[in-house]
Amino acid sequence: MSFITVNNLWKEYGDQVVLENLNLSVKQGEFCTLVGASGCGKSTFLKMLLGQETQSRGELLLEGEAFPGEPDRNRGIVFQRYSVFPHLTVRQNVLMGLELEQKPWLGKLFGSARREALEKVDAMLESVGLSPSANKWPHELSGGMQQRLAIAQSLIMRPRVLLLDEPFGALDPGIRGDMHDLLLKLWQETGTTIFMVTHDLKEGFYLGTRLLVFDKVRNDPHDPQAFGATITYDLPIGQTDRKLYEDINQSVSETARNQAA
Amino acid sequence: MRMINHHPGRVSATLLGLLPFLLIMLVYSLASQERLAENPNDKLLPGLEQMTAAVERMAFQEDRRSGDYLMVQDTTASLARLGMGVGIAALLALVVGILNGVLPLVRANLAPLVSALSMVPPLAILPILFIVFGLGELSKVMLIVIGTAPIMMRDVAQRVRELPGEQLIKIQTLGANSWQVITRMALPQVLPRLIDAVRLSLGPAWLFLIAAEAIASTEGLGYRIFLVRRYLAMDVILPYVIWITILAIVIDQCLRLTNRRLFPWYNAGGH
Repeated sequence: MSFITVNNLWKEYGDQVVLENLNLSVKQGEFCTLVGASGCGKSTFLKMLLGQETQSRGELLLEGEAFPGEPDRNRGIVFQRYSVFPHLTVRQNVLMGLELEQKPWLGKLFGSARREALEKVDAMLESVGLSPSANKWPHELSGGMQQRLAIAQSLIMRPRVLLLDEPFGALDPGIRGDMHDLLLKLWQETGTTIFMVTHDLKEGFYLGTRLLVFDKVRNDPHDPQAFGATITYDLPIGQTDRKLYEDINQSVSETARNQAA
Repeated sequence: MRMINHHPGRVSATLLGLLPFLLIMLVYSLASQERLAENPNDKLLPGLEQMTAAVERMAFQEDRRSGDYLMVQDTTASLARLGMGVGIAALLALVVGILNGVLPLVRANLAPLVSALSMVPPLAILPILFIVFGLGELSKVMLIVIGTAPIMMRDVAQRVRELPGEQLIKIQTLGANSWQVITRMALPQVLPRLIDAVRLSLGPAWLFLIAAEAIASTEGLGYRIFLVRRYLAMDVILPYVIWITILAIVIDQCLRLTNRRLFPWYNAGGH
C-alpha cells in the first residue's frame, strides 16, 4: 500500500474550480516537488496535506486512513516567512515542540528533562549549522538562517511528512544553493517524506525524487476560473531532458499568462 | 531646498521642543505680573511666589484641622485608585482579549458584547455606579475599570489576531493543544502589546478618576482641585494640574522602560 493516496480529488470554492480530478500515489520517503503557475492549486494541495483545507470531493488518504482535519505533530510545515516565534531565542524555538509534547499543561521543561531535551536541540542546531547563533533572537538572523531554524524546529518532531511552502522564495540565489544542499542532507538522514512547493522550475528539477507539475489542461479565455488545474506531469527526477524542461516551462508560462489575462 | 527636507540637528531639535514651553511661561508671567501690579490680591493668575507658597502649605505643612499633609494624602489616594482601576482593567483585558482572539467560539459569543460595552459612555453610568457600589472607593475604581477595560479588551483581541497565521499553524504542527497555543504563543507575545494598550488607556483613566473624585470624595487630587475652585484658588489648582501631568509622564515612561527591559525581542523590531 502506498503511503499517501489521492483519488479523484477536487477542490472548489463556489464556482471557482481550483483542482480537478487529482490522482496520485506517493511512497514513504519520497521527495516530491510541486511546481506550476500561481493560482494552479499547488499551495491549496499542500494545505490539504497539512489539514488546513479539506477537499470538496474525492479521497486523500495517509496509509489508507483519511487525513486528520487539523494540523498535527505528524506533519511539519515550513512557510516562506513567519514560521518561527519571535519571542523565543533560536534554542527555545527548537525546544518548543519537545516541551509541548512532554508537558501538556505547563508547556515547559525543567531540570534533567530539560537538559536531555536541550542535548537533542543542540544536535539538531549543529546539523543545520545554527550552533553559533543558538542564543540569538530570530530577528537577529538573516532570512536563510531563519529558514534553517524553521526546518530544525519542524524536524526535531520527526514528522512523517514535511511540507515546504516556497521555503526559499525570499532568499538570495547563493543562499538558496546552500539551503538545497542542507535540505537534501537532512532528507537523506531522516528519511522523511517531503512535499515542496516552488515557483522555480529549476529548483523542482534539481531537488527531490519526483516532480509534480500542476497545470490547467483546459482554459476558457472568458472565464479563467471555470476549469481547475491538475497534475499534468509526474516525473521521476534524473530522467528528464532539456526538451521536456522547455515544454513544461512553456506550458506553465502560458497558463500563468491566461490566469493574469 | 524643500521644507520637508530640512532636518533639525540634535541641539536645535531640543531647543525647538523647549521653545513652546518657554513661550507659554513667558506669556503667563507677563500677564500675571500685569494683573498683580494692578491688584496684589488678584487670584486669577497667581505668580510663582503665591504658587510656591501654596505648594509649601499643601505638601510640606500639616493641615491645621486634620494634621495630614494634604497633597501627599491626595496623591496616594488618587494613585491607589488609578493603580487598582487600571490594574484590574488590564487583567480583564488580558483574559477576555486572549480568549476572544484565540478561540472562535468565545469570539462569536463575547466580541459583540465587548464592542457594545466599549461604546457606552462611562460617565453616563457613573450615577448607576454610585447607586450600586455606594460613594466609597469601589465606585471610583469601577468607573476606571468600566471606562478602560472594554477598549483594552478589543485591542488585545486585535493584537492576538494580528499574529501571523503561519505561527498558529506552525505551533499546531508542533503538537500544541489549545491551552498551549494560549500560554506559549499568544500570551507571551501579547504582554508587551498589553503594556502599550495600558499606556494609551492612562489618559482616559485619569479623566475618569478626576471626574469621580470631583463628584463624591473626601480626598484625592481631583477632589482637591474641585474643592478649592470654590475659593478661586488658582494658586493651588495650577500646581496640582502640573503635578498630575508630571505623575502621568512618569508612569508612562516607567511602563515604556519596563516594556523595553522585559521584552527585548519586541522593541528590537522582532515582531
